[in-house]
Amino acid sequence: MSQLRAETARLLAAFEANGAVRVEADILQPADVLLDLYGEDIRARAYVTSDPLRGEQMLRPDFTVPVVQRHMAVSAEPARYTYAGPVFRYQDSATGREAQSEQVGYEVFDRSAPEAIEAEVFGLFHQILAPLDLTASTGDVGLLRAAIDGLSTSDARKAALRRHIWRPLRFQSLLARFSQPVAPKTLGADGQQIGLRSAQDVQERLAQLEEEATAPPIPAAEIEALTDLLAIRGKLPEALKLLQALTSRLPSIGPAVAHVAARIKALDAAGMDVAPIGFEAAYGLTAMEYYDGFVFGFYAAEPGWPAVASGGRYDALTRVLGQGCAVPAVGGIIRPEYSLRATKGRLSC
Amino acid sequence: MLKLGVPSKGRLMQETFDWFAERGVQLSKSGSDREYVGQVEGVDGVELVLLSAGEIPRELAAGRIHFGVTGTDLVHEKLVHWADVVEPVAEMGFGFADLIIAVPACWRDVTSLHDLDAVAARFRADHGFRLRIATKYHRLVRQFLTAQGVADYQLVDSQGATEGAVKNETAEAIADITSTGATIEANHLRILEDGLVLKSQATLWKSHSAGGDCGPLIRKISAQ
Repeated sequence: MSQLRAETARLLAAFEANGAVRVEADILQPADVLLDLYGEDIRARAYVTSDPLRGEQMLRPDFTVPVVQRHMAVSAEPARYTYAGPVFRYQDSATGREAQSEQVGYEVFDRSAPEAIEAEVFGLFHQILAPLDLTASTGDVGLLRAAIDGLSTSDARKAALRRHIWRPLRFQSLLARFSQPVAPKTLGADGQQIGLRSAQDVQERLAQLEEEATAPPIPAAEIEALTDLLAIRGKLPEALKLLQALTSRLPSIGPAVAHVAARIKALDAAGMDVAPIGFEAAYGLTAMEYYDGFVFGFYAAEPGWPAVASGGRYDALTRVLGQGCAVPAVGGIIRPEYSLRATKGRLSC
Repeated sequence: MLKLGVPSKGRLMQETFDWFAERGVQLSKSGSDREYVGQVEGVDGVELVLLSAGEIPRELAAGRIHFGVTGTDLVHEKLVHWADVVEPVAEMGFGFADLIIAVPACWRDVTSLHDLDAVAARFRADHGFRLRIATKYHRLVRQFLTAQGVADYQLVDSQGATEGAVKNETAEAIADITSTGATIEANHLRILEDGLVLKSQATLWKSHSAGGDCGPLIRKISAQ
């Protein structure tokens, strides 16, 4: 326990040395904000309490939301924060992971060049974790978003695809649906008008469906290029070459690829060896629902461990929490229980 | 003494008694009709416990009863990793019910989960909250909708008369069990084409943790 406390203090000090202000967050969070943000799925992962007076409360599943709320309410950019404490998530008994675990985090709200801030956050985590034998993986959700924007299809279809970026199975089934001519649809039998969804809402969607019925399929070449994008994985320098080669088939990803290149350059300029850092275009699309740009994680070779550290860019989350007023935000957390175990593992060999 | 948990009321109890009687095991309520004490004849060492069907999964999981009769729906809903704690001995061929997702019939545009998902996105944008689905089967419905990729919905708890939730404007859709679909239809709802979450029927379950020699009862009911 005292070792964990020392490790937590060491990590906090490292973040504070980089200019972060220490902040606190309540363990008990109002459930409505988190439910609105993450949807019903969060109930399968976070502890919801029922307070007869206050209604549903949630045991903090992460710090990001309260830290963003705090920042949006009181502070101006640039701002850097650090925090430490327990978070609570249901764990499947098979994983052997504890429902209560510690996190030490670092969040940056800064309107400077995006690649510079991303390189700062990743670089800091990289430096702190350098003594441990970890593998770094990175990705960029912005590539897929840009690829979707460039598809030859309707805005409605693009919006549907964007909405399901974080649900890969549903995303693939939508893509398959949109790559075929629209199958004729048999409408349901009518009934008495009940409920909040009005007859006009139904009429509007029926009109949309009619319009959609004649929509041409997304060209096979574009589907193929998008599939190739999602399959890109390798070390940063090779992955960048593959991405650059793909821009001839997917011109809309050009700026996003240039952004990846600028970030690599910034990491390199900070003196980091980028050659061993991994890159996967599909990285972070299953677990990290609120990250919408650069994403990263540091992994030990131990089976069953979560990422020792993870993070990324989450501009869209700040837009939702700030009622339309967005702040560029990049951050991440380290799990001190695991960084400590990785340290011990290293000392004992 | 092994304990056999049976639903304490109504048709489910009577059909369970009939099912066992066909297999040479007579179950009966003893004393007055209102008393929840029972007798078992035709097999030795088994005691009858009359319980609410909804509590039988929990009692099986805790090992306080060795056998129990209840629906597949309740076991799957109430027991996390149900296969680790109970096993089905026999599907009993009654108490059939499907857990389904239904929407207002006036939603002519919504016939599938794909439509429901599309409408949920629009509903949230229009109303500022997520489309509400009334149910008491929270875990099963959430798992199903997650697997099917439906987003932007919320579950609201409804322990009874769920089919009326849309008319009462406490929900936009429902997830509930139905055997004939008549109540669904009577409440101006329509089942989605791919909205079948689970097919359920009355099942005899055996607890993994209760121990005891379950052989004689299992042999007796399998002999027919």
